[in-house]
Amino acid sequence: MTNAAQQTNNDVSPGSGSEDEQQYLTFIMAGEEYGVDILAVQEIRGWEATTVVPNAPDYIKGVINLRGTIVPIMDLRSRFNLERVEYSPVTVVIILKVETERGERVMGIVVDAVSDVHSISDSDTRNSPELIEDLNTEFIRSLVSIDDNMIILLDVQRLLTIDKQLLNLATDVAADNE
Amino acid sequence: MSIDLSQFHQVFFEESFEGLDIMESSLLALDLSEVDSEMINTIFRAAHSIKGGAGTFGFMQVSSFTHVVETLLDEIRGGERSIEQEHVDLFLLCVDCLRGLMTDLQAGTEPDMSQADELKAKFEAILAGESPDAANSESIEAKAEGSENTSAADDTSDIGWKVEFIPCEDVLCTGNEPYRMFRELQDLAEAENGSVEVVPHLERLPEFSKMHPEMCYLSWTIFVRAAIELSDIEEIFEWVVDDCDIRYQRLADADLSSIEAHHSPDTEETSDQAEAVAADNNNENVSVEETSEIDVAISETPAEKIEQVTEKLAQAVTQQAKKETSVAPAKAPSKTAAKAAENTSIRVSIDKIDGLINMVGELVITQSMLGQLGQEFDVSRIQRLQEGLSQLEQNTRELQESVMKIRMLPISFAFSRFPRLVRDLSKQLDKEVDLVMLGESTELDKTVMEKIGDPLVHLVRNSLDHGLESAEERTANGKSSAGTITLNAYHHGGNIVIEVKDDGAGLNKDRIRNKAIEKGLISDDEVLSDSQVYDLIFQPGFSTADVVSDVSGRGVGMDVVRRNIAELNGSIDVTSTPGKGSLFSIRLPLTLAILDGQLVKVGEEVYIFPLVSIVESIQLEKSMLNNITGNQYVMQLRNDYIPIICLQDIFNIDLEKKDLEGAMLVVVEGDNEKIGIVVDELLGQQQVVIKSLEQNYQKVDSISGATILGDGTVALIVDISGLNNRPLDKNSDDQTQAA
Repeated sequence: MTNAAQQTNNDVSPGSGSEDEQQYLTFIMAGEEYGVDILAVQEIRGWEATTVVPNAPDYIKGVINLRGTIVPIMDLRSRFNLERVEYSPVTVVIILKVETERGERVMGIVVDAVSDVHSISDSDTRNSPELIEDLNTEFIRSLVSIDDNMIILLDVQRLLTIDKQLLNLATDVAADNE
Repeated sequence: MSIDLSQFHQVFFEESFEGLDIMESSLLALDLSEVDSEMINTIFRAAHSIKGGAGTFGFMQVSSFTHVVETLLDEIRGGERSIEQEHVDLFLLCVDCLRGLMTDLQAGTEPDMSQADELKAKFEAILAGESPDAANSESIEAKAEGSENTSAADDTSDIGWKVEFIPCEDVLCTGNEPYRMFRELQDLAEAENGSVEVVPHLERLPEFSKMHPEMCYLSWTIFVRAAIELSDIEEIFEWVVDDCDIRYQRLADADLSSIEAHHSPDTEETSDQAEAVAADNNNENVSVEETSEIDVAISETPAEKIEQVTEKLAQAVTQQAKKETSVAPAKAPSKTAAKAAENTSIRVSIDKIDGLINMVGELVITQSMLGQLGQEFDVSRIQRLQEGLSQLEQNTRELQESVMKIRMLPISFAFSRFPRLVRDLSKQLDKEVDLVMLGESTELDKTVMEKIGDPLVHLVRNSLDHGLESAEERTANGKSSAGTITLNAYHHGGNIVIEVKDDGAGLNKDRIRNKAIEKGLISDDEVLSDSQVYDLIFQPGFSTADVVSDVSGRGVGMDVVRRNIAELNGSIDVTSTPGKGSLFSIRLPLTLAILDGQLVKVGEEVYIFPLVSIVESIQLEKSMLNNITGNQYVMQLRNDYIPIICLQDIFNIDLEKKDLEGAMLVVVEGDNEKIGIVVDELLGQQQVVIKSLEQNYQKVDSISGATILGDGTVALIVDISGLNNRPLDKNSDDQTQAA
């Protein structure tokens, strides 16, 4: 732990620390701190009204116009089955971008508030305990503790791959159609 | 110096496919009774470019095959052989075969050579069987490949001339092309059953960096082995004799041993390539400079400089790909070539680009005017502001139109395959058919064009197979023995209409009806209007052909045609007159990128209906409404019963159910079925730019895309045919409450 704490002291300064260090943007949701790879973050925006998409899973709040691109917005609270809250002026949307086999994919996630940027070395991370495999633990890449706080590092790639859920959705629809 | 040639492969393939298209269309246009020598030349050049390119890039299967094709073409071109129908057929087969080979090579798979070998054998049979001296009359490159020159040399080595040709350095600037002289010399020699050998001398060549592209550093020794008068040879060099050093010597006196010394394998290869390039250049009218540049490259000491030659070649090919006949900078490796490997490209006429640049210029002027106005604005100048804004609006619209035009191609791109198709099919079916194509310059979006190709092919095949009668039948019915198929394209409103018309028997209503009853599509006693009957042919699994032929008749076609067209937001209609023929008319939007839309409001959301699919908008009255099975309402509109749906049910939006009575209803038509959609409010109509939802999200049922409205918010575009095809029982639990 001490190791990790030392490293956070000079976290944002470039070139510090060991080679395998990566910077993470952390945000707060329901009192917990989560982190995403900063290279996957395209920008941070305030919440704005979305256009509802028909028959979307309830965690997809809709789509917005991001300088000419249609970008879906996902409510991370409802994605993680957390209690929903009213959106406030500090509610932020983190626009994430990942490379997939179909090309670049951009999506926004709604979180309570943005927290900090930390440099974290891979060697300091711990695997999340083997709990019951469910949807939510699937997105967790690892855990790391900084200044006695645990940060949950998320796998952005998986988070943005809604296809699996779509598959379920599709089968549901198919079942409906029978 | 080595260079990765594979980056130029894509360009080579594009060029070659183009060459094949040229060959094909020229072959089809060839009138055998009156052969146009320019046409033969065109075919020959196309074949030659493909051969040269294939050789350079190491596709030996292609180049050796093309070589025999070219040999026969060359004989025809030289007038040694007249072109027969049999040849044309064979050449067309070759075009197909080459296309197959190229496609395989492009995909990186080993091509299937069986057909090529078969055709090659046929060619060799023609060449050998009908002209025993074929070997002697082959062109320079055959010699340069070194197959038979020694034997030829032995026979005639004691007669003829040795010509030392040392041109001045700026011979190319005076418009004289040594290659052409050699060619003439060869024609001369061949007329006497002799041969010509050209040996280049490379001694005067400076370092590569010091070379001037317009200078000629080469000299040649030419051995003319034929009984020709010296004056004939002198005549060929007449134009350059003042500037160049030319020495003639009787071959019997000349030292023959020097030939062998120069004639190393590397030289062969180089000169072969050189000629390929020279032919390419002729083909594309590339200016003299470029030719000389390549000459220069060749004249480097062959053994180690071949790579440079190939680089030049690749550049030459790339330059042609750009279709710019001006000389491109010699050194700059083309970026487009590398890009082309991964992207599909589009050729845009320079006029369109110029227009675009003009438009942007005006936009900048308007912008600066508005900017100035904004800096010192007061209320008195509001009129000028309005003027400026309307000017901006006009600029924007014009700019949008010009950008759209860039994607537009004349429909002849889609039509060009039909002459061949009709020719082959009419032979196969033994029918006489004239193909008439109209409106070929009508422009259409490239994406639409690509997708409309297959449906069109299907329609033309159908017309040929089912529509047109056999020659006997036609004569018996008092028609001319040759049937006519007309392809027509024209703009109509914001759409393009493509028509496929035949003057055949027309659709047989009774047969269609019987067939539909047999297939269970309609019941015995159903009364159908003519258009409803004709519409049956678009049903899946429907075919009226009594005999299932190779061409059509499996009944998988017309429904696919309709579906493909519906995917493009288009529609297809058929009209027919018994005994006179039928007309299929396809209506397509000009572009897939922009749509004329009707904005409607449902709850808080704005949706867009494609304007083309809207039939009418009405206010519902109680008398129009009928309730069936308790939860589904239909509306009587004149003679039709139209199902009524609420978008919130289909889209699962939480909204209070509204009273249907007095509600606004938009009647839309998709897939030839009408439905009524209840909306809260009709907003304006406007053109919307279609954005993809799938790019970052996924395909959504009944939604064809999204767009951005003037206020920056996103609105979804409703897919009408998708709505129609949606499973009907989906909203059975959300019941619509009527008054």
